[in-house]
Amino acid sequence: MGIGGSDMYRQQILDHYKNPRHYGEIEDATFTHVGENPMCGDTIEMDVVLDDDEETIEAVAFRGDGCAISQASASMLSERLPGTSIEELREMDRDDIIDMLGVEISPMRVKCAVLAEKVAQDGVEIYLGEKDLDRTKTEDDDPDVPE
Amino acid sequence: MTVRESEVLDVERIREDFPVLEREFDGTPLVYLDNAATTQTPTQVIDAIRDYYLEYNANVHRGLHQLSQEASIAYEQAHDRVAEFIGAAGREEIVFTKNTTESENLVAYAWGLRELGPGDTVVLTEMEHHASLVTWQQIGERTGADVEYIRIDEDGHLDMDHAREVIDDDTAMLSALHVSNTLGTINPVADLVDLAHDHDALAFIDGAQAVPNRPVDVEAIDADFYAFSGHKMAGPTGIGVLYGKQHLLDSMEPFLYGGDMIEKVTFEGSRWNELPWKFEAGTPPIAQGIALAEACDYLEDIGMDRVARHENELAQYTLERFAEFDDIEVFGPPAGEERGGLVSFNLESVHAHDLSSIFNDYAVAIRAGDHCTQPLHDKLGVAATARASFYVYNTREEIDVLVEAIDDARDLFA
Repeated sequence: MGIGGSDMYRQQILDHYKNPRHYGEIEDATFTHVGENPMCGDTIEMDVVLDDDEETIEAVAFRGDGCAISQASASMLSERLPGTSIEELREMDRDDIIDMLGVEISPMRVKCAVLAEKVAQDGVEIYLGEKDLDRTKTEDDDPDVPE
Repeated sequence: MTVRESEVLDVERIREDFPVLEREFDGTPLVYLDNAATTQTPTQVIDAIRDYYLEYNANVHRGLHQLSQEASIAYEQAHDRVAEFIGAAGREEIVFTKNTTESENLVAYAWGLRELGPGDTVVLTEMEHHASLVTWQQIGERTGADVEYIRIDEDGHLDMDHAREVIDDDTAMLSALHVSNTLGTINPVADLVDLAHDHDALAFIDGAQAVPNRPVDVEAIDADFYAFSGHKMAGPTGIGVLYGKQHLLDSMEPFLYGGDMIEKVTFEGSRWNELPWKFEAGTPPIAQGIALAEACDYLEDIGMDRVARHENELAQYTLERFAEFDDIEVFGPPAGEERGGLVSFNLESVHAHDLSSIFNDYAVAIRAGDHCTQPLHDKLGVAATARASFYVYNTREEIDVLVEAIDDARDLFA
């Protein structure tokens, strides 16, 4: 098949979509950030707890709504992030996310896949005072994402 | 009800005119159900474009040479052909634009910016496409005019009692869809236009989903402005139409300035060209205009009454098939009521975008998203819907493939 098809929906993706990990809230999170993919109507809101040195991610929780790709990606990322450094998070790109998902993502669906990653990255940058943004949108601001 | 042979389309014969329908993806034949987004193009229309480029490609209205004369005559006659197709008086009332959106912007800028002010209202509908909704919101912000919306009921009809409330003496412009691109609702546009005229307001009708699939007579509707796009009616992209009553277009200032729209230019100022050229600045979409006229011929040969019946029949069959399943929610008018050839729906367990991706296994092309009607989707309480939309070449068998694909998606997510 040309693009996508049911191959995108391997067991792992469907499992994370139906049983999202770390779904919920962390009350005393270091920061919270929200993002959306306007094309799909996907939303992800993420709470992140940093360690005392503000170098390493200790815990992540998210809640959201949307397609299986966006929600599974958020679930898998929230499993991956605790224990990694802020630097590692900032260096992540779409290829890391696609590797994490373990399936071919059709070009039109990359925006869905990278939403959680962008929410986490923007959240860190806003918290560190490097960025001023209310809401992440996976739209034209991401040169990685084909239109 | 018995349908006479002459009333139905010879779909098999029609499909031969659309080579793209022969495409297969990994051996699976294409099922193209995204016609409300854009329709496929028949060889007759492609030939019209090819003939233009092979035989008489030249700029219009400029050269005195033979090629330019041929191109100019064909391009001007294309306006006559389109005028005839929608019941307009003549070429003076037919402006070629880029698409329906540009037609809407033309009126909003050339008329709205100059005529609207605080205290005026522009009345839209809750099912409006972003083409008019965003445009009039912006004009409202700049002029101080208020934008109001006619409510829709649960079945996706306009609440005409509410229409009679919001259209009042403050109303300066009504802009409404003829056929909803999301719900399939066929709006009572002649009644809406009457309401607007009762209060000395102008009426703009967006016919992007109407002209492709039903007979449209702008004079019978009495619309002041009427817009549609070529690429949704078997024509090419890059061309749209704005119909306007001649006295209104005459009284309006141009939207775009430049070459071809002027009669006389001096260092001090300019005088405008006659209609419709006053509104067609710069080199226009010549090949596309000529091809649009060919698309009108193509559709009229089939018969617009037949097209309308075919579209409605496919939509009704889709509703019938979907009614077999409890977990498919459909939007718009109930089964049995005539509608445009489209059905928007959601499968309970599968997001519309996932559905659309899975459909690629079946080579089924549908639209998933908000269809440029985000406020309507907010009102419906969904972020996205899937939409199957039909044209002259679609069959019941293709809808059966769609239902099969839905079954597969349901199983995958179970």
